[in-house]
Parts: sequence; C-alpha cells; structure tokens
Amino acid sequence: MAKVLMKGNEAIGEAAIRAGCLNYFAYPITPQSEVAEYLAKRLPEAGGTFVQGESEVAVGYMIFGAAACGERVMTTSSSPGVSLMSEAISYIAGARCPAVFVNIMRGGPGLGGILPSQGDYFQATKGGGHGDYHMLVMAPDGVQEAVEMTMQAFPLAEKYRGPVMIMGDGMIGQMMEPVEFPEDLYVPPTNKDEWATNGMDTRKSDTKNIVKSLYLDPTVLNDHNLLLKSQYDRMKEEEVRFENYNTDGDYQALIVSYGTMSRVCKTAIDEMKAQGLEIGMVRPKTLFPFPEKAIHDAASKPGCKVVVSIEMSMGQMVEDVERVVKGKTPVQWYGQCGGEVPTPQKVMEHIQSLLNS
Amino acid sequence: MQKEVMFAGFGGQGILLSAKLLAHAAMNQGAEVMWIPSYGPEMRGGTAYCTVIVSDRLIGSPIVKNPTHLVAMNRPSLEKFAPVVKSDGVVMINSSLIPVRSGRDDVDELIVPANDAAIEVGSVRCANIIAVAAFAARSKMVDLEILRECVKSQFASKAKLIPLNMAAFDKGLELAEGK
Amino acid sequence: MGKTFSKPEALSDAHTHYCPGCTHGIAHRLVAEVIDELGIRGRTVGIAPVGCAVMAYNYFSCDFQEAAHGRAPAMATGMKRVRPDLMVFTYQGDGDLASIGMGEIIHAANRGEKFTTIFINNAIYGMTGGQMAPTTMPGQRATTAPMGRDVEKTGMPIRMCELLSSLATPGYVERQTLLKPKYINKAKKAIKKAFEYQEANKCFSFVELVSTCPTNWGMTPQDALKWAEETLLPYYPLGEFKSPE
Repeated sequence: MAKVLMKGNEAIGEAAIRAGCLNYFAYPITPQSEVAEYLAKRLPEAGGTFVQGESEVAVGYMIFGAAACGERVMTTSSSPGVSLMSEAISYIAGARCPAVFVNIMRGGPGLGGILPSQGDYFQATKGGGHGDYHMLVMAPDGVQEAVEMTMQAFPLAEKYRGPVMIMGDGMIGQMMEPVEFPEDLYVPPTNKDEWATNGMDTRKSDTKNIVKSLYLDPTVLNDHNLLLKSQYDRMKEEEVRFENYNTDGDYQALIVSYGTMSRVCKTAIDEMKAQGLEIGMVRPKTLFPFPEKAIHDAASKPGCKVVVSIEMSMGQMVEDVERVVKGKTPVQWYGQCGGEVPTPQKVMEHIQSLLNS
Repeated sequence: MQKEVMFAGFGGQGILLSAKLLAHAAMNQGAEVMWIPSYGPEMRGGTAYCTVIVSDRLIGSPIVKNPTHLVAMNRPSLEKFAPVVKSDGVVMINSSLIPVRSGRDDVDELIVPANDAAIEVGSVRCANIIAVAAFAARSKMVDLEILRECVKSQFASKAKLIPLNMAAFDKGLELAEGK
Repeated sequence: MGKTFSKPEALSDAHTHYCPGCTHGIAHRLVAEVIDELGIRGRTVGIAPVGCAVMAYNYFSCDFQEAAHGRAPAMATGMKRVRPDLMVFTYQGDGDLASIGMGEIIHAANRGEKFTTIFINNAIYGMTGGQMAPTTMPGQRATTAPMGRDVEKTGMPIRMCELLSSLATPGYVERQTLLKPKYINKAKKAIKKAFEYQEANKCFSFVELVSTCPTNWGMTPQDALKWAEETLLPYYPLGEFKSPE
C-alpha cells in the first residue's frame, strides 16, 4: 500500500477505523481536536458512530456504556481532559471492559500549556483514577507507530478486558509523517457474549449479564482485585515492548527516553557517535508494563557510568528507571517541562558535561 | 543527508500548505519526511511557522534549531529566522511584504514578490504556491514535476482552482530563474 | 380459582434491601411489568445509579450496568448509539440525577437520546443517610441541613420535569407518583408510554416518580405518604409536561 502523508491526530482516527472501531466519543481539546474533526467526517461515511459529548466526564461514560455492550470504542483527549475521564477509566478497569483511550499530552499542571509534554506519565502508569488498577500504556515515537499501536490497542484491550492507553504528545499529534496502514494488524473482535450487556437474546441460556465495579463484600472485592492483578502480571510477561538503540557495543552512558523525546535523543546519540562518544538508549514502547529487565540489563553493562532518564516532564519516569536499575548504576533525570522539546544540542551538552564531571 | 526548511509568515498566508506540498513531493520521491507545525494561539493571525525535514534515512529530532533553508513570507519571520539559517542555505524573501534583506552574505537570497505576482496571476491567495515553486526551483530539493502533481492533487476536490494554481506554480518557477 | 398475583418475569427472585415503606419496590415492579408487557426483556439493558437503587441489577432479570454517580445518562448514550436495537433505561434518584448528574441528564435529553429515564424523587439523599438533595423542600430537615433547608443559602428545590421540558428538542416528560393506587396506575401508564416512545425510536423519554423515604424523613410509612401528598405534590405537580406529538 502506498504511503500517505498524515497528521498524527488524523492517522490515529483512521487507524481506529482500520482496526474495526466504528464508535468514537470525544470532547474537543487542543492539541488533539483534529482526531474528532477527522472522525466527525469519516465515521458517518464508514457507517459508524460519532458523538461530541458535553464534557470529558460524560465522554468517559459514553465509552463505558458502549464498551459494556461489547463494541469496539475509542476516545481521544489531552491531559486536562484525561483527568476528567480518569473517573470513568477507574470504573471501566473495575468493570473489566475493553476500551481505548488516547492522550495527546500537553503541559500541566492545571491548564498548563498546549505544547508537547510527557507530564502525564504518573497519571497513566500509576493510576490517575482511584483504586487498584493499571492500564496497558503504549507510547509511540511517531505517526507510523501511533497508527500501529492504535490498531493493536483494540485486541489488547479485549485480551485483558480493560482500558488501554496510547500516550502521545502534542508533537506526535500535530506533525505529519508518511504512514502505511498495515492490513495484517487488523484482528477481528473477540466474542463478548459471555460478559457484555448486549441483551439476553444474544445468549442461549436465560442468564443476565451485569457490568459493574461494585463489590461490597471485602473478600469478593479482594478476589476481584487479585484477578485484575493477574491480568497485569500477565501483561508483564507477554506485552513488554521496547527498542534498544546503539547498545550492541560499549557505551559510557545509557539514555532511557520515549515518544518524541526519544527521537531527539537518537539524533543526539548519532552526533555524539560521530564525535567518538558512544551512548546507548533503551526506548520503552510500553510504559506499563515497563521494560524492567531491558533497562536493568543495559544499565548493568560494564563501562556504563550513568543512566539518564530524559523526559519532557520534571522527572517522572526516572522513578521507574531508578526502581529497575536497583542501584547498579547512578540514575539521573534530564529534561524540560514547559512545553519546549529539548534540542539534540542540549541533550548532547548535558550528557557530555555529566561524563566530564 | 538531511535538509530542513522553515516556512514562516502570518497565519492565513498558507504557510502550512506550502510546507505540506514540499513534504508530499519529497515523500513521493521516496524520501523520509516530517512536517512540524507551530500550533495553538499563535496560529490565530500571529506568526505561523512550519518545519519540513527531508532525509534519506529515518528522521530523529523534530526540533530544528538551525534549518538549512528559510521561506519568509513576512518581515517578522525573516528577522526572527534569517540569523539561524545554516550557511549556504536558500533564504526566500517575499519582497511584496518585506522591504529589508537577510543581512547575511553566506546564504543564497531569493527575492520573490510573491503577493504582487499572485495578484497578477489572479488571486493573492496563491502567493504560497508561487513561494513554494520558486523555493523548490532554487533549492532543487524536490523534482519540480512531482511537486506540480502534488499541487494538482491538493486541489483535486476544488478542480476549478487548479488552473489558477498551475499559473501560480509557473510564475514561481519563472521568478526563481530571474536571479 | 385462577392465579390473582404473580411476579413479573423481568423481576428476579432476589429480596430487595429497601426499607419498609419505601416506594422503590413499586417502581421496580412497574418497570418490570412494562418490560414483560412489551416482551422486550431479552433486549433490555438497565443502568443502575449510585444511591439506594445501586443494586437494582440484582432485582431485575435483564442485562444491567452499574454506573458512577450521576453518569447513567452518558452510559445510556454510549449504549444506545452503538446498539440502537437495545432498549435502554436508566433508573436514578434525585441526588444522582438532579445534583451530580445534572449535566449528563440535560445534555442527553437535549441530544434527544432514545433511551428512557425513570427518576425517583424523594427529596433527599437516601443511601448516604439523609443529606440535603437539590429536590429537598424549603425548611425540610436533612443531616446536612439540620435546621431545615435554608433557601437563602441553597436556593429553591429544582423541578426536573419543568427544567427538561423547557428544552427545544422534542421529548416525552411526565411526572407521576407512587403515593396511592390511583396514582400508581397512572405512573405505570407513563412508564409504558416512555418505553413505547423509545421502541418507536421517537425521542428521549423521562418519567419522574414522586416517592417517599420514611427512614431518612424520620417518619412512619403512613406519615411519609401523608407528608409527601401535602408537601411534595403541590410543589411537584403531576402530569405530562411534554410530548413529542
């Protein structure tokens, strides 16, 4: 298939349709409103459903209601909007419904700014909403990967019966790159008649299905939450994704970085290599489950003096990097958190000054 | 080999479209491309700028501090970005709106009265097509016939605008010749 | 001798947890009877609120979802838009619908979503233990209004039927009550009409049922019925407020 030049936001919308998701509910927010604009036009053509909700709070529950019927469903938003949806995400996780959320991150806290950020790492990987739950979180580094991850998100949400999040940032949403929509990433929806509230007529037996997150009996809730935990443990076994960059040989420092930031770091690594300085990188493609072993092993390589978590935040992922490096190598943070993406020059200068000190 | 072009001007001058056309043509020639807009409040009547990166391998950073070339459609854009263009780059100046020059002697200045020429061709709105055609002709970044096809396909849904934009395209090429 | 009384098929065998004198049981039964009469149980999905009816999913024998507080109309929107063939109803109390869920109900009604809402108005928060609701009457005591509702500080009670019927979008809005048998028959007719409008894919349909809460009102069931008739009905008049015809 020929490549087309598309904005990240529009490509995510198209990818959802190609993944068999014909149901989209959303509320406008910069820098991702193009997804809604694209799907408002495209979904009716494709025979799908587009609803602009009255708030992100309501949209979260439109997603919940649709997902509970067993239909593939997606919403997209940006940081402040995702905060409002976090209540619904908690309910969806508790009620074990598959749904796909996309966060095209912008700066925070509060209204923050509208420029690219990675300030929602904690929100996405450590909760966001209340209670004991996780989401599978994937972080694309460009438009092509945003397409692929969006297409993969639906079957993954069904496999684990829970919310899956795509974490992009304003840069990935706004920029255009050539993309292909790989047909082999389409996976037919699973049969959901066992649990979905899609009407008893769909079942042979006279049993009703209930979608709920309320378990007043503490032993039952305990068992339910342990069942959720078993799903997260399985994700850690089966879904960890990452990319190693320039780690075959020796290197003096290891960068851990994801999304747009990792693209900048790759350029910095290439330029340092040209100057004779070897720096390696591990790029998490899944933020939850986190590539624990890959980072631990890369950080433990002889000659690696320091690990730097480079983020467009004031230092969030660095806590996970510290956790998995387990003191083998010193771990530091570097980044910017105002919406400006650090330049390759800044990354190089920082790494060089670390190694010279 | 990687080249970066900064397109800059007022919101409403069609900056993003000029940039997209260049990126589209480069993609159709098999290059890796990236189109990075400025977005948000600055688009509403203020300075709009957009970077296009063209490379023969996977593109890393979307953040470009020193672009190879500049297409400046208004004076604030020229003043802001001319100092950061790499040596030997093309600096296209829309002289209809910009009475000054880059002040650099290590770049290739391309003076194009894009607005005046656009009015002459039929509509000031096609100044961006004149600019991208002139820039492409001078910088030789993309094949001009491929770029022409991209302009055509851009207006495929508004076919009556194609002749105007083709005339603008030719005008741009002509202006690039008259060094 | 023939059978004179039986449980609707759409109700389950479970015993409800409702207090003596509470009208939720009657409301459940009326909804279940309508579901039976229309023969739609196999494609009906209910949405339980947060509030006393939070476990309504145990009492009906059709598919059910449990919403967050106030969000049932958004969930119903999601369901109805992706599965228009399903019959969807929300069952919500006054704290759920008129306070925390005000935004969701207004916008669902205004979009003309084709589902049915059964709104139980008993002028108080029940499950959380008698706090003031947007529908609490002036001077009525609540645990968070120990001296009685002060309208200077909390405004007047919100009348949902009047509010919703002011929307320009066509819809069906009716208020009935469960205080006496003569009212109950009318209430059932309204519920049936609401489901029929949904079945015909006609409009959003909303039935408010003025109800009692003897426990949190601190009254016997008999006194509660009397108080509701004397105090609530004059402020919450019964009747059809809006119809799509």
